[in-house]
Amino acid sequence: MPADALKCKECSTTYPLDARYVCERCFGPLEVAYRAHEASPEELKRRIQASPHTLWRYADFLPLEGPAKSALPTGWTPLVKADRLAERLGLGELYIKNETANPTHSFKDRVVSVALARAKELGFQTIACASTGNLANAVSAHAAAAGLESYVLIPADLEQEKILATGAYGTNIVAIRGNYDAVNRLCTEIAGERPWAFVNVNLRPYYAEGSKTLAFETAEQLGWELPDRVVAPIASGSLFTKVARGYQEFIDAGLLSGELPAFNGAQALGCSPVATAYAEGTDVCRPVKPDTIAKSLAIGNPADGPYAVELARKTEGGIDSVTDDEIRAGIRLLAETTGIFTETAGGVTTAVLAKLAERGDIGRDERVVAYITGDGLKTLDTVRDTFEVTEIAPSLDEFDAAFAPEGVAV
Amino acid sequence: MAVTVKLPTQLRDAAGGATSARVEGGTVGEALEALYNEHGELRGRLSDDGGGLHRFVNVYIGGEDIRFLDGLDTPLSDGDELTILPAVAGG
Repeated sequence: MPADALKCKECSTTYPLDARYVCERCFGPLEVAYRAHEASPEELKRRIQASPHTLWRYADFLPLEGPAKSALPTGWTPLVKADRLAERLGLGELYIKNETANPTHSFKDRVVSVALARAKELGFQTIACASTGNLANAVSAHAAAAGLESYVLIPADLEQEKILATGAYGTNIVAIRGNYDAVNRLCTEIAGERPWAFVNVNLRPYYAEGSKTLAFETAEQLGWELPDRVVAPIASGSLFTKVARGYQEFIDAGLLSGELPAFNGAQALGCSPVATAYAEGTDVCRPVKPDTIAKSLAIGNPADGPYAVELARKTEGGIDSVTDDEIRAGIRLLAETTGIFTETAGGVTTAVLAKLAERGDIGRDERVVAYITGDGLKTLDTVRDTFEVTEIAPSLDEFDAAFAPEGVAV
Repeated sequence: MAVTVKLPTQLRDAAGGATSARVEGGTVGEALEALYNEHGELRGRLSDDGGGLHRFVNVYIGGEDIRFLDGLDTPLSDGDELTILPAVAGG
């Protein structure tokens, strides 16, 4: 592990690698800083290829001291070549990174794997989080597998599927009468008072590193090549910016050659503080009160918003937002062209991809990767009443009446 | 107006270990100014050169983010509770 400090992204003050997340001098966010790799690109590649097919194959790029392993193996999800979706949208080469294939069916298994492993190294007995649902699933499952106590704090109005799939693991669920930002504020206060590892508060610098593996895997699955464009959802902006950092670290280590892809961020119109800041040409993300079906993206006060805006601008990508109806259409479009059923966040991503294609922002010669971060089974209500079921008696005549065989008169 | 300002753990060493402070002020900005007068080191930690707050500082009155109110100009009532928290959590 070449990690050697936590470093403030604003003023560059450094701190030891313990459970802290905010700079005491300027309140800026802390990020893990690494020494340059001593190993050659060939040696790094050999070590990756000799490792198991989980996110720990990239341990040389993650902030852990010991050999990394977890009780609930995560990562190495399929990179699906989506030819039918590409054809529908008039695109050339399109891939879907299918994060529904993780143990609790979202990318959150990655960030929790890294945060929990670091929490154990630091001696914590209790794991906790502020969650819009997917993270609660992942924290409760990984804590159960590791034999640790866990607390998950969620907005009380979360989708039932996410609450049920969390409670099944025997965690302590605390439903807060308020939105995610209120949950987050409370967790920030609790984290200051209890000796707990809040994965996305005091362990956030380690947690966020887990999202880099989305880039590492994609590059390896593309045969150690870069995409030209990435489309990914933005809630806090952590995933969006860390995927970029992942590609950059592989470039810097000599494992990839070329430039960062263009980064296109996707938000729901009902919670689009980052898209608004991008459109207005500022990096100040004015907080909003979320009102959208995309609850997993409903963060009105996004911690990494300014960095997400800077990334989109620097890479000549962009940040777009889509309506709830466009989100539902996005879920349907992805499902009927790829067989991948995504939750609302993936609907947001697909809808923004479709919007970019329609606007002519994506060249035919571009290689595009869209990150589908969670499973449709988590937000089932959004597809209710969007299709018809044909009900008949168990009779061949009724079947033929409903579905006439081609060329045969009934 | 006499108000209470709750300090996060990250600021307590700059306030002599205090978890909160009682200050006077008609607005959030005035209350923070009074806080800085009492604990000089807090000014540089919370406030930028132009007198605004650093971009990763959140201030709440009774749980509401002051950016949904009038920011530093938000008027205060006697007995209000201000909470200062880092903005970098979550997601």
